[in-house]
Amino acid sequence: MEIIFNKSKTGKNSYAVPQWKGKEYPLDSKYTGNSGAALPDVGEPELVRHYVNLSKKNFCVDENMYPLGSCTMKYNPKINEKLASDPGFTALHPLCGPESSQGALKIIFELEEYLKKITGMKGVTLLPAAGSHGELTGVMIIKKHFEKTGEKRDTIIIPDSAHGTNPASVAMCGFKLKEVKSTPEGDVDIKALEGMIDKNTAGMMLTSPGTTGLFDRNIKKIAKMLHDNGSLFYGDGANLNATLGKARFADMGFDIMHMNLHKTFSTPHGGGGPGAGPVAVVENLIKYLPVPRVIKKGGQYIFEKDMPDTIGRVHSFAGNFLIYLRAYVYIRLLGAAGLKDVSETAVLNANYLLSLLKDDYNWPIKRKCMHEFIINDKGFPSGITTDHISKRILDYGFHAPTVFFPLIVEHSIMIEPTETENRETLENFADVMKKIKKEAFETPEIVLNAPHKTPIRRADVVQAARTPVLKWE
Amino acid sequence: MKYTLLNNDDKTLMLKKIGVSKIDDLFADLPQDILLDKLDGLPEPVSEMEIFDILKSESCKNSTKRMFLGAGSYNHYIPAVVDDLASRSEFYTAYTPYQPEVSQGTLTAIFEFQTYMCRLTGMDVTNASMYDGATSLAEAVMMSARNSRKDKVLVSRAVNPLYREVLATYAWAAGLIVEEIPLKGLVTDFDAVKKLCDDETGAVVIQSPNFFGCIEDPDASSSGFSAFKKEKKLDLIYTVTEALSLGFLKSPAETGADIVCGEAQSFGSPVSFGGPMLGFISAKEHFTRKIPGRLVGLTVDSDGNKVFALTLQAREQHIRREKATSNICSNEGILAVKAAVYLGTTGPRLGMLGKLNHNTASYLRENLLSAGFSPVSDDPFFNEFVLHNGKSGFDSASAGAGFDLGEYYPELRDCTLFCATETDTMQSIDNFIEKIKSGSVWK
Amino acid sequence: MDANKGREVKEGFRYTDKHEWIKPDGKGNALCGISDFAQNSLGDIVYVELSASPGSTISAGDVIAVVESAKAASDVYSPVSGKVLELNSAIEDAPETVNKSPYDDGWFIKLELSDTAELEKLMTPAQYTDFLAAGG
Repeated sequence: MEIIFNKSKTGKNSYAVPQWKGKEYPLDSKYTGNSGAALPDVGEPELVRHYVNLSKKNFCVDENMYPLGSCTMKYNPKINEKLASDPGFTALHPLCGPESSQGALKIIFELEEYLKKITGMKGVTLLPAAGSHGELTGVMIIKKHFEKTGEKRDTIIIPDSAHGTNPASVAMCGFKLKEVKSTPEGDVDIKALEGMIDKNTAGMMLTSPGTTGLFDRNIKKIAKMLHDNGSLFYGDGANLNATLGKARFADMGFDIMHMNLHKTFSTPHGGGGPGAGPVAVVENLIKYLPVPRVIKKGGQYIFEKDMPDTIGRVHSFAGNFLIYLRAYVYIRLLGAAGLKDVSETAVLNANYLLSLLKDDYNWPIKRKCMHEFIINDKGFPSGITTDHISKRILDYGFHAPTVFFPLIVEHSIMIEPTETENRETLENFADVMKKIKKEAFETPEIVLNAPHKTPIRRADVVQAARTPVLKWE
Repeated sequence: MKYTLLNNDDKTLMLKKIGVSKIDDLFADLPQDILLDKLDGLPEPVSEMEIFDILKSESCKNSTKRMFLGAGSYNHYIPAVVDDLASRSEFYTAYTPYQPEVSQGTLTAIFEFQTYMCRLTGMDVTNASMYDGATSLAEAVMMSARNSRKDKVLVSRAVNPLYREVLATYAWAAGLIVEEIPLKGLVTDFDAVKKLCDDETGAVVIQSPNFFGCIEDPDASSSGFSAFKKEKKLDLIYTVTEALSLGFLKSPAETGADIVCGEAQSFGSPVSFGGPMLGFISAKEHFTRKIPGRLVGLTVDSDGNKVFALTLQAREQHIRREKATSNICSNEGILAVKAAVYLGTTGPRLGMLGKLNHNTASYLRENLLSAGFSPVSDDPFFNEFVLHNGKSGFDSASAGAGFDLGEYYPELRDCTLFCATETDTMQSIDNFIEKIKSGSVWK
Repeated sequence: MDANKGREVKEGFRYTDKHEWIKPDGKGNALCGISDFAQNSLGDIVYVELSASPGSTISAGDVIAVVESAKAASDVYSPVSGKVLELNSAIEDAPETVNKSPYDDGWFIKLELSDTAELEKLMTPAQYTDFLAAGG
């Protein structure tokens, strides 16, 4: 383990703070402190070496396939980064006023227009800073809607296969949660749903396609059941990559949805963020969208804050602008045909990989998949589980798939190759998976003790949680 | 432009292996009447060279010449190493470090970030980042309320008004009550806390330096705020929007903070039209299992070597679902990496940078006073301050400088919030003052 | 591997469908905890927070504790109604005790039963064994 604090030695740092040539303006010592002295004392050459060496211990999508289901780890075009580092954007202050930011406002306005076309929705806000933030914003819109209509609806229905962010967002808005079961075939259990929808149902959240990588075959029926009851239908767009340019959420019957620009629209994940989670709504919900909104008035783009029914502000400023910029560039480069090619190729790649694996791995829900699919460890020798398989994959130079999610499939291994992998890479990955299955029977120790070739061996996550050490002492 | 890699032979072979005749067969589960031939209304695709020109022309319509403007987003010099290191593919194109065996780069840098923030704030635990300052405040308030099981929070009027708007949104949704602590001059009226506090009150929120740039000093109040806070078991939530003040000013812990939250964009990230920013929450130890967001912890690998891994994940939404400490998932990871590199670069000289900011802002203030502005308060400040436009005839919008306070503070009409950082040289200040004196600044 | 690992059911206890157990002492008091199946499903337990407070009266189904492993978390519910007499704070200090000894040292709380008839509504060891065999 290398950490910057271990390299500290008094007097090494010589960062040149510009010299102040004017008079000193002393500040009363009762206000000043010395916590800066606790920062490590290192010089620039060793700092660079430290982080370059650290970076080599990271796996990244520029290195190889990253088949994390539901995370859409696709290639991030380099032109995005070049344009997002233009000082005309990076040095633009968020409160500089519309007269100084017409270019930036135009990009926001046009990206919202593009996302309307892509989703079929009538209003879009880019403000939420991540998918989960978009969900929260969307659930707030549901809350505001029923506050305005005066209906006391306090429950939101979520399938048992949902991402954890769905129930967490619902709880943050004070709604009660009802969980609807999935059928063994991966659709929402319509019978169970029928029994749940009542006068208290504010809405239902559904990921489309679902976290199983399957498109719910009753989607229009579900939408009708909700709408007939006066409830709203929320679409989680985490898996939008499967239907991009091919079908629109509005046509599926959703009233509200969020997108993840950092998944579908190719902005890099940065080891955890930033992302952007725009929310799109149907006509009668536009008035609840958060402020500020970008509108065009007299040929000028301006921020509109005066919206009486808005849920309010959800971000310090105007959201993650530099992420919008990357998504904007991506949409302009691909156009309608390119976007459709994304989802078609993503779905083709996933089904091809599934066809290569389905004879060697248990395939719990036997339907053709969309952009991702689930297999699991059933049929492996006793003691070797999904956990071991995923660690062994790392030894072969691939990232592991998403594991133990969704919860409705035991020991799930969820694989999403994305559209930016070629056929040969898919085949290489399938070969690795088959090899691991063979190893599990012939040389189980190799799988049980994996990984072997990674920068570190298996990390003890139990000790990390039992005795948390969260800062360097 | 496409980034897909299958040729026609590949597609034919793959479809055959799958056992379907055409790609649309794979979309058979969708209602067939909603399948599109082609999306309407999007512009025709362009080449990389063309999009470069298109975006250049948009960036040129922006003006980054706005001067002396802070108010929650700060223009600081970013050393070249920061972007050079953080923009490496290995950091930039990695996902959340769920597999520690192939993520030690990100995990180590985030652990360093957590340590830096703890040392600068004096707190015991810091999360791996939040979306931005405003949402980190809202989440800090919700964390405190969950812990105290009290649903009322008192928030100083000197807290950034945009943050207070975001807090109001979150509080409305969660059913929390927010009440405002009035101003006394340009700082929080701590005497008013006693009157506003009732049995349902769990926390007091201040910002320091506050929205007006002034340094808050709860103990300067005649009311004995610290003793009252202790007696009522209130959490002092301390918001920081100008992180560069940390390391120069007394740490929030020394001022009595229980939770520190806010914005660390000043540590290595540009203003970026407001996003991405770098929210954070730091807190005392007893909040460790209540804090939202990711945490990196130290552990060992199977060879016994010290390594890092995400930990205490049972707090988070992917495990705890509706009972999680927050719904946050994606955060601002790469900005936390930048902050770690930035703070490693300035090292112990961070305080000198803070001092330079204070000197520069003080110089600007002194010269504005000589140009016809008049003082509003004598409260000590860091790198921002408020002046009444006085006889200067100054107007923020047409001058392209400062932040006009009238919209958010009617009582401070004709007052301007100015900010100066190390990027503002003495020469640039002198030129600006010259223009104000000659009246040419608003032409 | 031992087929019975993580499925041990003890005599003299009653069980809930959420895998809590209760062990009455015949004098109106009882200990409560989680079953071997529950501890095994959770995996290595890293944290226990006993949320019931001594002296308080609780109802069947009230949350008495939160248990966390590195990859899962679960609320623990009171099997019956009663007055909380004692908390086993030793499991907060050493949560692995619940893994090692779910039916003895790893107990959670001690209750004074409000109504011993409530016990009859819970599963007997034989019933719980069948319940586990049917998939839990």
